[in-house]
Amino acid sequence: MRYLPLTPDDRSAMLATIGAADIDALFADVPAEARLTGPIAGLPLHQSEMAVERHMRALSKKNLSAADAAFFCGAGAYRHHIPASVDHIIQRGEFLTAYTPYQPEIAQGTLQMLFEFQSQVARLYGCAVANASMYDGSTACWEAIAMAGRITRRKRAVVSGGLHPHYVETSKTMAKFMGDEIADALPTLSGTPDNAALVARIDHQTSCVVVQYPDILGRIPDLAEIAEAAHAKGALLIAVNTEPVALGAIESPGELGADIVVGEGQALGVGLQFGGPYLGLFAVRDPRHVRQMPGRLCGETVDADGKRGFVLTLSTREQHIRREKATSNICTNSGLCALAFSVHLTLLGEKGLRRLAAENHRLACLAADRLAEVPGVRVLNDIFFNEFTVLLGQDAREAVRTLTDKKVLAGVSLGRLYPAHGALHEGLVVAVTETTSENDIETLASALEEVLA
Amino acid sequence: MSAPNASGWKPGTLVSGGAGETLTSTGNRALMLEEPLIFEIGSTETTGVDFSPLPFRGGDGGGACSEIGDIPHPNPSPEGEGLANRLGGFARDAEFGLPGLSEPEAVRHYTRLSRQNYAIDLGLFPLGSCTMKHNPRLNEKVARMPGFADVHPLQPVDTVRGALEVINELAFWLIDLTGMHGVAMTPKAGAHGELCGILCIRAALEARGDAREVILVPESAHGTNPATAAFAGYRVEDIPATAEGRVDLEALEARLGPDVAAVMITNPNTCGLFERDMKAISDAVHAAGGFVYCDGANFNAIVGKVRPGDLGIDAMHINLHKTFSTPHGGGGPGSGPVVLSEALSPYGPLPYTARTKDGVVHLIEEESAEAFSNEHFGGKLASFGRMSAFHGQMGMFTRALTYILSHGADGLRQVAEDAVLNANYILRSLDDVLDAPFGASGPCMHEALFSDKGFAEGFSTLDLAKALIDEGFHPMTMYFPLVVHGAMLVEPTETESKQGLDQFIAALRTVAERARNGDETLKTAPHHAPRRRLDETLAARKPILAYEGSGAPPGKPQLSEQGGS
Repeated sequence: MRYLPLTPDDRSAMLATIGAADIDALFADVPAEARLTGPIAGLPLHQSEMAVERHMRALSKKNLSAADAAFFCGAGAYRHHIPASVDHIIQRGEFLTAYTPYQPEIAQGTLQMLFEFQSQVARLYGCAVANASMYDGSTACWEAIAMAGRITRRKRAVVSGGLHPHYVETSKTMAKFMGDEIADALPTLSGTPDNAALVARIDHQTSCVVVQYPDILGRIPDLAEIAEAAHAKGALLIAVNTEPVALGAIESPGELGADIVVGEGQALGVGLQFGGPYLGLFAVRDPRHVRQMPGRLCGETVDADGKRGFVLTLSTREQHIRREKATSNICTNSGLCALAFSVHLTLLGEKGLRRLAAENHRLACLAADRLAEVPGVRVLNDIFFNEFTVLLGQDAREAVRTLTDKKVLAGVSLGRLYPAHGALHEGLVVAVTETTSENDIETLASALEEVLA
Repeated sequence: MSAPNASGWKPGTLVSGGAGETLTSTGNRALMLEEPLIFEIGSTETTGVDFSPLPFRGGDGGGACSEIGDIPHPNPSPEGEGLANRLGGFARDAEFGLPGLSEPEAVRHYTRLSRQNYAIDLGLFPLGSCTMKHNPRLNEKVARMPGFADVHPLQPVDTVRGALEVINELAFWLIDLTGMHGVAMTPKAGAHGELCGILCIRAALEARGDAREVILVPESAHGTNPATAAFAGYRVEDIPATAEGRVDLEALEARLGPDVAAVMITNPNTCGLFERDMKAISDAVHAAGGFVYCDGANFNAIVGKVRPGDLGIDAMHINLHKTFSTPHGGGGPGSGPVVLSEALSPYGPLPYTARTKDGVVHLIEEESAEAFSNEHFGGKLASFGRMSAFHGQMGMFTRALTYILSHGADGLRQVAEDAVLNANYILRSLDDVLDAPFGASGPCMHEALFSDKGFAEGFSTLDLAKALIDEGFHPMTMYFPLVVHGAMLVEPTETESKQGLDQFIAALRTVAERARNGDETLKTAPHHAPRRRLDETLAARKPILAYEGSGAPPGKPQLSEQGGS
């Protein structure tokens, strides 16, 4: 077997050193009735590299990849061009095959990268401190709600109708077991989010208000107004961002008064990958909240020679020290995805991120205008960044399925996201990025014209 | 601000030189190159990404770029200024200080950083409980096939049947290898998997109207176990251990009762031993109306040799980044599918895949769960809900399945045997210089546990570990499990050659003898790493968690603190 270096002679010599008659002697503590005597019956035996690759390639060919379609899917996962050097760097064995940096003297590469990553996220989000990453945006969202509960000692989170329904469901699952309450709402099909209705739901029992920015329909809520209302009632504002590229164009949640900013970092460097692994981002505006944060934190220090170095720090919040009193049970995070994000953002820099965001917005405006010309289509959004919602006057799931045959992946239907809520089913969320060509936009528009005719 | 580098920090300015070290003007030492932060070398005006002067006009699937002048188009200004926008007055005007680097600078920056890391690709990485085995590159190649890498999680299901088949094929392997009934694929790491298993248990108990409050966890458990139980709303109590390092069955039986929801047991346990009484433990827990959670972090020792399902386990997470070789990536991403007994399977999280008799693999999510369970499961579905967005760690599934298919049922069995053989070889080659507290309890499984007994006064496990760094090895897991004083947990994995093991054993023997003899130079080790011991107390007392433009603070270095898995 190509991954196993021991030879039969090695094994015999080693057993002799150990003083064991055979390999079974080393499994003596396994009760005989539970010990398998040979390879599990009915399962295939080992395969050559070529054979495995062939099998996997055949499976991959059963998927329609984004590059082979006119592609407009978003709703929490975005397709952007990833510079070739990003993938080269994350495949360096010293990053790829390293462990969590528990021995900092020989892990400065990962640690410095994490420090840079935290600093980038903090600046992008307009916050003081970001952690070294979470699993993904949805789990980061729940962790933020739990953290707000610890800070305010309140148990009721008010969630905006614009929050991604998977994030809502994830939070509700956890809240159910933790004895917290998630007061959620459905999105209303209006051009701008209904801030007044959200603000009216905040009271003195509210631990936090959770608002997605831009929201699931692509709208941009006025965070400053919500922050003011939340703070007036002693609640925190949690802003959730699923498209970091947007923050190259619109103000950061931290600057607008959000106390905890979490999000999905997948759009930079990570790629679509059918939903995972992704990258949870987590930041706080007030550095005093750091000790209530979940997850790993990397900090600057010095070594015995006075040289600058980095270590994982404030670990008394974490499970390997605090056990059942930890702020979270999270251990493994999303380190390699954080590296991909950080490299991509370093290549862009602020100038490149702004340029990228401008290009996304320009194309999204073009798409919205073109789709508005299609008979039967109404563009919902007054304002948006690179994603907006169109109303088709019929269940958008049908249109999406039909367009698939024309190799058009038209977007994410609200029926897929909100199956139980028929009033939303004519909605289709359309995402446009720099990878969308103007030809793609024309393809989508003319295909929709046919389908809706 | 056009250049975030306000500090003026240069790589050489802080280098004072260790004892006997020859200084260089740069601070570099030949191939070991110091590297500043991106904030110190980049600027907000620099970018390593170009945008075409004209919009790309072809389809992604093979269209061509328009020629310049083909279609007149207003060329947007670099900052998007003057562009009619629909941002509603939320435009971000103020500079926020993200440094950029050109591509050559960026590649060099990260390449230099990478060389300050130890990694499996460089050598043996014997972290106990972490299973640092070779990461096959075929796995990386497969995960990058466009049909896997460039697919959106919410594409219409008919366009992603291959992805669903990967999930389903891996699911069946995991079920067969563990002898369980079902598997929840979505958890994102081991601790997330633990949470999934405990939530299944809680949902099952609630379904029968049984409100239990306590989860029993042995002191030797990973920290995630008690943290998970608490996160899921349970009170945590200890399970006593015997002197030989296993669960004390009698004491456990005495504690079981109507308030105990579950026990969480790691098997093989963190002392490196197989829990001989596992079946009896499971039977006792079940008789008391509770469930058995098994921490599957150490599954590598028994894959293909023992099926947890045969031992009465109700739920066990499998770290794909341990047993099934998906890369650890400097701390993730992981993937933690949870295999489930028949009693727990109905409660697993959404979404999941199911293969019907016609061979089609379905994706069951909120939209289809009720109809599907009515049609195929007689309505019996009581999912506790969703644990994360989308469908789990697809990029890890493709890698793990590739690994499993490469090994096959025979190869995986050999994996466990070689992993256990390598660990026992280390245990018996060193137990004359290092105390093996459970050496008399029988063979170890895939990790060898030593204590600091016999070290000279004032010498610690930490000193030995740091000296091992100078010998060119990553240290073992230190101070874990907590039940052994100065614990050193060594897990070589099966992907080490005998020659490599012999070299490691020789190095560890040398440093163990130095610790026994009180060699003072151990206390200042490492001497040859990119950094000497780092001041962790300072880092925690005056946290600097983001770049602020300041240089390194002064301070008296303290000892590093422990690691863990």
